Amino acid sequence: MDTELPGRLIAVEGLDGSGKSTQIHLLRHWLEQQGIRVFFSEWNSSVLVKSATRKGKKRNLLTPTTFSLIHATDFADRYERQMLPLLRAGYLVLADRYMFTAFARDAVRGVQPNWVRSLYSFAREPDMTLYFRAPLQVALDRILFGRPQLKYHEAGMDLGLADDPVESFRIFQGLIMAKYEQMIDEYGFDVVDATQGAEQQQAQVRDLVSSRVDLPSYRWRRSR
Amino acid sequence: MRPQERCFYGDGIVRTDPATLTGKLVVVEGADGSGRSTQIRLLRDWLEGEGIPTADVGLARSMLVSAELEQAKLGNVLGRTTMSLFYATDFADQLENIIIPAMAAGFVVLADRYIYTLMVRDLVRGADPAWLQCLYGIALVPDLVFHLRVAPRKLAQRTFRKSSELDFWESGMDLGLSRDRFDSFIRYQTLVQRSFATMQDRYHFIEVNGNRSPTLVNRQLREEIAAMLRADGGFEPVPNAASYRPSARLL
Repeated sequence: MDTELPGRLIAVEGLDGSGKSTQIHLLRHWLEQQGIRVFFSEWNSSVLVKSATRKGKKRNLLTPTTFSLIHATDFADRYERQMLPLLRAGYLVLADRYMFTAFARDAVRGVQPNWVRSLYSFAREPDMTLYFRAPLQVALDRILFGRPQLKYHEAGMDLGLADDPVESFRIFQGLIMAKYEQMIDEYGFDVVDATQGAEQQQAQVRDLVSSRVDLPSYRWRRSR
Repeated sequence: MRPQERCFYGDGIVRTDPATLTGKLVVVEGADGSGRSTQIRLLRDWLEGEGIPTADVGLARSMLVSAELEQAKLGNVLGRTTMSLFYATDFADQLENIIIPAMAAGFVVLADRYIYTLMVRDLVRGADPAWLQCLYGIALVPDLVFHLRVAPRKLAQRTFRKSSELDFWESGMDLGLSRDRFDSFIRYQTLVQRSFATMQDRYHFIEVNGNRSPTLVNRQLREEIAAMLRADGGFEPVPNAASYRPSARLL
């Protein structure tokens, strides 16, 4: 696990509405323009596992334990099939959400934190984790303004926090944020102030990445 | 040896108090062809004939992921950790939706294999034992675990009689032990049995010689189960319980 791999793994984490997906999209675009070998992977996107997750969510079959396990399965599939081989092949792997999303959400759902951490112990910790920190109200406003229809699990309705989805979402996000805050030091997150404008955030992200990763060495070698 | 109090192997399931589970959990482990399903059918008929409600569970039968697991097995497309977690999801779904509710209602749950087969499959493929133990810390400790042990060559014979083909996974073909399916089957089943033997100390399997006739095997299982239920009070099996084929009586 600790052996040096030629690739580098960069993850973004943060609340829904923190703007992390926008930022990683911009980062990816910038890296690709420089001819850097980049691979992007998104939480909950493995094709085979997704059909089970979708069914579980739609029919409301999931418990905290199976919710945790099925997301770990999805992650493992992407990790074993793509992320790890690509890291070995010297890619910059960008992950929109990584194991910390599970650590935060599953703990809020009542699953033992040590058990969840052990589930994911087969995977490497990222070389860099960018945590997009926004005050709860800011993140809530962004989500609730743009897309008022909240999905059942997204709003944390399974926790029985409140009858109203919006109210449930507020409480749920607050609990998740507290878990993220606890992990900042534990896992050495790089904190990005997500209340800044998108351009300022992206400038900070690019600075951080350039200072920590020797980007030119990840360029495609051109055959002449 | 076995704890008297009902408990989980590890952290267990969120908001589930094992002390409220008054039923019993009986596991039958063994390879395909070891007679598991025959034994479970006989046990179910016997127990229900005695007025004891039973519930059935088995691997890859969950509503949540069984279809996807079936698909995954066909393609050999999933990595080993992914496969482990997928099976664990299937197990957890049945644990929470069948085993725990049935035990809360006082049923005897008959499990056609349990976490041990899942762990052994992964162990022979090089998984980390500590990781597996933590993963299956969600599982309830059963009251009885029978391991039907049948010589690999006999297993092959029984399988051929039924389907004239050795299953790809039951032959461990993904391990590359041999390109010859029969040879691979024998080697793989031997590895599996050795792995079960190494887990004996921790999990206290009751080793059952499955090379004998189903009737003899069932007699042993019934004696153990009857003793367990008696120790718990309340169960008086019909003395000299005549037939070992109660299903025939029902017909």
